[in-house]
Amino acid sequence: MGKVLPLGGNYAVAYAVKACKPDVITAYPISPQTTIVERLSEFVANGELDAEFLHVESEHSALSVAIGAAAAGARTYSATCSQGLALMNELLYIMSHVRLPMVLTIVARALSAPINIWNDHSDFMSVIDSGWIMMMSASNQEAYDEIMLAYRIAEDPRVLLPVITSMDGYIQSHVVEPVEVVDDEDVISFAPKRKSWVTLDPDKPVTMGAVGDPNWYFEFQRQLWEAMKESRAVFDEAVAEFSKKFGRDYSAIETYKLDDAEVAIVGMGSFMGTIKAYVDRARKNGVKVGTLRVKLYRPFPSEDIVRALSNVKLVGVMDRALVPGSPTGGFLHSDVACAVRQAGLDVKTLGYIAGLGGKLLTMDNVKQMVDILLKYKDVKEVPKEPFFIGVRE
Amino acid sequence: MSRFEIRWHGRGGQGIVTAADLTATAAIKLGFYAQSIPTFGTERRGAPVIAYNRIDRQQIPERSPVVEPDAVVVADPHLLINPKPLGAGLKSGGYLVVNTVKSASEVREFFKRDDIKIAVVNATKLAMDVLRAPIVNTVMVGALVSATGVLTLESVINAVRDRFPPRLADPNAQLIKQAYESVKVE
Repeated sequence: MGKVLPLGGNYAVAYAVKACKPDVITAYPISPQTTIVERLSEFVANGELDAEFLHVESEHSALSVAIGAAAAGARTYSATCSQGLALMNELLYIMSHVRLPMVLTIVARALSAPINIWNDHSDFMSVIDSGWIMMMSASNQEAYDEIMLAYRIAEDPRVLLPVITSMDGYIQSHVVEPVEVVDDEDVISFAPKRKSWVTLDPDKPVTMGAVGDPNWYFEFQRQLWEAMKESRAVFDEAVAEFSKKFGRDYSAIETYKLDDAEVAIVGMGSFMGTIKAYVDRARKNGVKVGTLRVKLYRPFPSEDIVRALSNVKLVGVMDRALVPGSPTGGFLHSDVACAVRQAGLDVKTLGYIAGLGGKLLTMDNVKQMVDILLKYKDVKEVPKEPFFIGVRE
Repeated sequence: MSRFEIRWHGRGGQGIVTAADLTATAAIKLGFYAQSIPTFGTERRGAPVIAYNRIDRQQIPERSPVVEPDAVVVADPHLLINPKPLGAGLKSGGYLVVNTVKSASEVREFFKRDDIKIAVVNATKLAMDVLRAPIVNTVMVGALVSATGVLTLESVINAVRDRFPPRLADPNAQLIKQAYESVKVE
């Protein structure tokens, strides 16, 4: 079943999308995402994929077209990042609030200014309130696998929400590593096309995206809250079924050597691999450190995180996007801290801002992060200001 | 084999990122876990380019640049100005594979390292003779696998055939073989 190919993350995603047989692909190129839709357009051109590929004049148009396609019942795909995602912004809310399923891949890249094409999570974090289910991978295999998970979850009649899959720009998108590409039939049988949502039909006319006056708007929002919450059970079912079928295990969070850990680093994306490698080194020197990677960001897996961190003394949360003026400096830290407080847990948290605009995380940077935790683990008051890791002051 | 890490130095237009990709492809086809890591700038012809490989029997968690390579490949003789960035972190007992007309002992004198193996190949001449262009990436792949023994000759030739149509694959396969046979190591 399937074969192992040397693939960059973008090509891995393109293979997965092809196997999911979307009816409509619509996109505007932007680095480092471009080679996803470039490869998909080749698949369409050479007949390997029977889809409508729409070249549009902007990302705003790309998502507008996607809304129309999904409303007509099409399985729809797009990919973008950074300024492209920012330009999509108003349509993101429409897609999710009209409850149309689609899959959008963000190849995470910094937002301008200064102009920067390199990787961080500021684009991903700029849309966390948009009503999309959001996940972020840490390897090219996971980026590939996320596509079929995403379609299966999005089109589940209990969910009907669009899904964002994400990977780190360049660090995943352009790094070649082995990826098991599953047979197309196995992919589509895992994520079969389901006509599970109300669609535009001349014979049975409906109105979509109508005015929701004060008598109705609030009720729509309330339903979206429920749908997002309930999607978590569907996510869990999907990853369990995935594990049975393909033998790879995913969950909302990934923990590493947390069982007896005194201190832990929480973060997202592919940098967590470098942190795992450092944890192995530090463990050899008797340092009780572990890590937790958040894969599913919306809906936020608060209970999983609380369970995993309940015996840790101090948690350092690494944000790869800066939120100026916020209590912690980063959305991930704010969400983790909130989850811990809501559970009444006696676990302290501090924050790091790291790897903005393509600044790579070195082993020395990780050592610095762990040393900060060791310094403060038995101290009552920990700094509220985030630590800026690897920046020139 | 335990972990083997490579750092490539070249200049834009020489195909350095492709060289790292071909190396990773060959390793993956041999059943290794491998990464090819390009560094991205604003791509310009002639600008210095660096790429990395990691090859291992086990899955590789790291996502950071290679800092202590087992082998360094210098694909452009004009980069031999300052030994420091080229030799940085190169492990004792490691390999330095250089495109040059100089002898291995002259290169050793330049780097002032007695604890590494030096491999030299006149890659620019080989590439000009066969491709009529100074695109030395496949020559350096051949020289690397010959000098280090890290992958088989056949595996890298197959990687080239996987990636390119015969029109390009044939002369590059020939170059890999020539480099494999002509590289001088001491």
